[in-house]
Amino acid sequence: MALLEVRDLTKTYPATRRGARATHVLDGVTFDVNRGEFFTIVGPSGAGKTTLLRCISGLLRPTEGSVTLDGRLVDGPPRELAPVFQDYSRSLYPWLTVAKNVALPLTSAGIAKAEVDDRVQHALASVGLKGEDAKYPWQLSGGMQQRVAIARALAYRAEVLILDEPFASVDAQTRADLEDLLLKVKHESGATFLFVTHDVDEAVYLSDRVAVVSKSPSRIEKLVDVHLPAERNQLTTKALPEFGELRAEIFATIRHLVVAKPTAQGPEYVI
Amino acid sequence: MNRWKPWVLSALGAVLALVAWWIASDQAGSIYFPPLQDVLEGVWTYWVVGDGGRHLASSMVNLFAGLAIGVVGGFVLGLLIGQSRLVRTALTPSLEFVRAIPATALIPFAMVVFGLGSEMKIFIIALGTLFPILLNVIDGARELSQEARDTASSFGIRGWQKQWRVVIPSVLPRAAAGIRIALPLSLVLVVTSEMTGSNTGIGYVLITAQNSFNQTSVWGAIVLLGVLGVILNSLFGLVEHRLLAWDKGLHRQGDH
Repeated sequence: MALLEVRDLTKTYPATRRGARATHVLDGVTFDVNRGEFFTIVGPSGAGKTTLLRCISGLLRPTEGSVTLDGRLVDGPPRELAPVFQDYSRSLYPWLTVAKNVALPLTSAGIAKAEVDDRVQHALASVGLKGEDAKYPWQLSGGMQQRVAIARALAYRAEVLILDEPFASVDAQTRADLEDLLLKVKHESGATFLFVTHDVDEAVYLSDRVAVVSKSPSRIEKLVDVHLPAERNQLTTKALPEFGELRAEIFATIRHLVVAKPTAQGPEYVI
Repeated sequence: MNRWKPWVLSALGAVLALVAWWIASDQAGSIYFPPLQDVLEGVWTYWVVGDGGRHLASSMVNLFAGLAIGVVGGFVLGLLIGQSRLVRTALTPSLEFVRAIPATALIPFAMVVFGLGSEMKIFIIALGTLFPILLNVIDGARELSQEARDTASSFGIRGWQKQWRVVIPSVLPRAAAGIRIALPLSLVLVVTSEMTGSNTGIGYVLITAQNSFNQTSVWGAIVLLGVLGVILNSLFGLVEHRLLAWDKGLHRQGDH
C-alpha cells in the first residue's frame, strides 16, 4: 500500500457572483506516493498545483475525492505532513528568531525544552545554518531563509515534506545548492517528498517519479519514472543522455497540453 | 548629514524657540501673553511643589485607567472581530455608527450615568481611545497572510498557542500605530472631561484659572499639558522600540 493515496480529487469553487461561472480547478486527480519516494508534480503555471497541495495537506476540503495517508483519511492537517512554501518571507514568522521559528511547532506540541533545543540545533546543522540561530529570518538571504523553512519541517520529524515551488524566488546558483541540499536531507532523513515545480530540469534532477499535470481543470496527464542513478550531481547527471530524454519527454507532454487546450484568450504557446 | 547633526539641530531649534518665546512674551506687556518666566515659575510653585500635585495625580490616574481599558478592550475586540468574518459583517455597521460619535458628545450622558467623579472621565477616555486600537487590530488580524495561517495549521499550532505565538505578535505593529493615535487623544479627553463636569484635574484648574482671569495659571496648565504629551509619547516610543525591534528591522530590510 502506498503511503499517500490521492483519489479522484476534484475541486470546484462556486461562482462568487450571479451569472459568473464556477471555477473548476482540479478534475479527478489520482496518484500514489510511495514511502521514501521523491515525487514531483510538474505543470504549466495556472495549473492549480497549489490548490492540489492544499487539498492534500488537509488545508482545503476537496469537492470530491479523497486523500489517504498511511491508510487514514485526511480531513484536516495531519501530524505526519510538513509544508515548505514558496514565499518564505510569509511562512517564517518575522517576530521570531531562526531558532524560535524552527522550535515553534515543537513547543506548541508541548515537547520538553531540552529535546526541542536538541532537535532545533540538529536540524539547523543539517541545512548548513549552524550558528545562525539567534538571527531573525529577514536578516538572512532568500536561500538561507528557505533553509530555515526546511529545517523547521525536519525538526518536526514529518514523514512527508510537501514543497510548493520552494525555489521559485531564488537565483540559479542558490537554487542548484538548495536542490542538492534537499537530496542530502532526503538521504539522511528517509522522509518522503512531494514536490511541486514548473521547472522540468529541476523535476527530473530531483525525482524518483514525475507527474505531469495539465492546465486547470487539472488532471494527471502522464507519470514518468526517472531511472537515473540514485547519486545525483548537477554536472554529470544533467549530462547523461537519459536525463535529456526524460526532459524532452516531459517537455513535449507539457507543450502538447498547452497548445492543445486553447484558453479563452486564444492558444498559449509559451510556458 | 552626519550622525550628530540632526540631534544638535533639533536641540538648537528648541532652544531658539524658547528664547524667542521668552523675549516676545517679556516684551509683549499683554495680559493674554504673560512673560514665560512668570509662567514657568508658576508651573514650579503650583504643579511641582504646590497643591497642583493632587490635580496632576487625579488626571494621570484617570488617563491611564481609561487608556488601559481602551487599549485592552480595543485589542481583544479587534482580535475577535478581525478573525471572524461572521462577527465582522454583523458588527461593522454598528461600529461605524458608534465610531462616528465624538466621545466628547457623550460627556453629558456620562455625567448623568456616572456622576461627576472619576468613572465618568474614565468612561469617556476609554471609549474615545478604544476605536483607534480596535480598527487597527481588526485590519492587522485580517492581514495575516494565507501562508502564515497555513503554516500554523499544518504544524498543529492552534487555539491559544496560535493566538499567543502567531496572531497577537502579527497585530502588535498595528496596535502600536493605534496607541500612537490614542495617546494624544487621551490627553484631549481627560482635559475636556475635567473642564465640563469636575472639581479635580488639570482641566479643572485650567478652566478655574480662566474664570478668575489668571492668564499666568492658564498658560502654566497649557505648558504642563504639552510637557505631559511629550513625556507620554517618549515613554511609548521606548516600549515600542523594545517590543517591536523586529518590525523596524524587517522594514529597514525592505528598503534595500
